[in-house]
Amino acid sequence: MKNALDRIVRSQVWRSIFRHGLPDSNRSRAETVFYNFFLHLHPTKVRKRSIKFTYTWGLGGMSFGLFIVLVVTGALLMLYYRPSVPQAYWDMKDLQFVVSSGTFLRNMHRWAAHAMVALVFLHMLRVFYTGSYKPPKEFNWVIGVVLFVVTILLSYTGYLLPWDQLSFWGISVGTNMIHAMPFGVGDKIAFLLLGGNIVGENALVRFYVLHCFVIPVVAIVLMAIHFWRVRKDGGV
Amino acid sequence: MDDKEEKHSKEENAMSRRYFLEIVGGGAVLTAAVGSAVVIGQYLSPNVLREPALRFKAGLIENFSADSITLDKEQKVFIVRGKEGYFYAMSAVCTHLGCIANWKPEDGVVACPCHGSKFNKEGNVVDGPAPRSLPRFSVTLDEQGQLVVDKSVIVGEDVILKV
Ligand code: HEM
Ligand code: FES
Repeated sequence: MKNALDRIVRSQVWRSIFRHGLPDSNRSRAETVFYNFFLHLHPTKVRKRSIKFTYTWGLGGMSFGLFIVLVVTGALLMLYYRPSVPQAYWDMKDLQFVVSSGTFLRNMHRWAAHAMVALVFLHMLRVFYTGSYKPPKEFNWVIGVVLFVVTILLSYTGYLLPWDQLSFWGISVGTNMIHAMPFGVGDKIAFLLLGGNIVGENALVRFYVLHCFVIPVVAIVLMAIHFWRVRKDGGV
Repeated sequence: MDDKEEKHSKEENAMSRRYFLEIVGGGAVLTAAVGSAVVIGQYLSPNVLREPALRFKAGLIENFSADSITLDKEQKVFIVRGKEGYFYAMSAVCTHLGCIANWKPEDGVVACPCHGSKFNKEGNVVDGPAPRSLPRFSVTLDEQGQLVVDKSVIVGEDVILKV
């Protein structure tokens, strides 16, 4: 048994993936962290104080966990959901009553979305109360604020997709607020966002593309920068 | 001024090859970026809208009884027929944030379900956050006795259709 493991670890395939031996010295422990794509974001040393649970309450990590849940459930919902006026609402009904575990997936997506908005907000409060927005982390605070807005926008664009009365009037009222911007700027933005003057087919497709592609990509890029900076500043 | 100094200042004023290429290259990239932004902006703005026409037939006049207020849900317009037989058309889109307001005969008001704005039968605000009264649209009669409403023509309260 020991022999077999030894042979695997010493094989060319293994060593082409892991370029160092099993971590048995401080040097190889450090190598384990910065030669691994998933671990390389970590600082090689972390202060004991910053891994204390009651310092961060794990809020950022839980927000990210929920985002992963939303990506997985969202991608699965996309398989049955078609963003068109005659179909969207009935596809939601199908998901609830015809598709196996459809109700569960939809509810999971919905609850995770609500929870993510709440947790991102609590995470922001924690950062504020521990004074973690102070130099040299000012810019990461700014990225965090943008991530909060992005989370709200994901939630808002998803809200139109079921195409029921709540969706329709929620988006009508929200996009009408844009018209309040002066000098005709608001009218133009609302027109481009809806692809017309009313919440109709074009608006549904635009919100779908924003919800399932554009905003998630923006969120992922911002999160990558956010986490990288957290770690370089000595956080977990 | 000796030779050396003169040469130095000359070099400073002349544009270096590298700087020249940077300007040309950077300019090309910038032009392409601005061009793409303009083209994408145009692409995002639809040229043909498949939305309900602004001018529409609301129905035959005999379908509306005297002293009635009827909501055309599709067009979001109230057709109001007064006691003395005159007509006017009033928008049903709340001037606050665009929900559809409903006629409440028991209270004698047009009420919005979203944030509680109320309007009287003439369309003037009586309560709530709505900033303006409901606009009136032009109403005409065609040869078949159909009411024709044109939402692109906004008229004052004094313009009514007498029949
Ligand atoms: C890549 C990530 C995501 C994908 C592919 C995705 C996909 C979808 C799809 C296809 C729907 C329509 C089906 C439905 O309404 O249940 C939907 C709805 C929704 N999404 Fe997402 N989503 C993603 C991320 C998010 C995030 C991060 C949030 C919020 C923080 C969110 C909030 C919502 C909400 C509130 C709805 C309406 C749910 C309902 O009415 O049941 N989504 N999403
Ligand atoms: S939209 Fe009618 S009161 Fe707000």
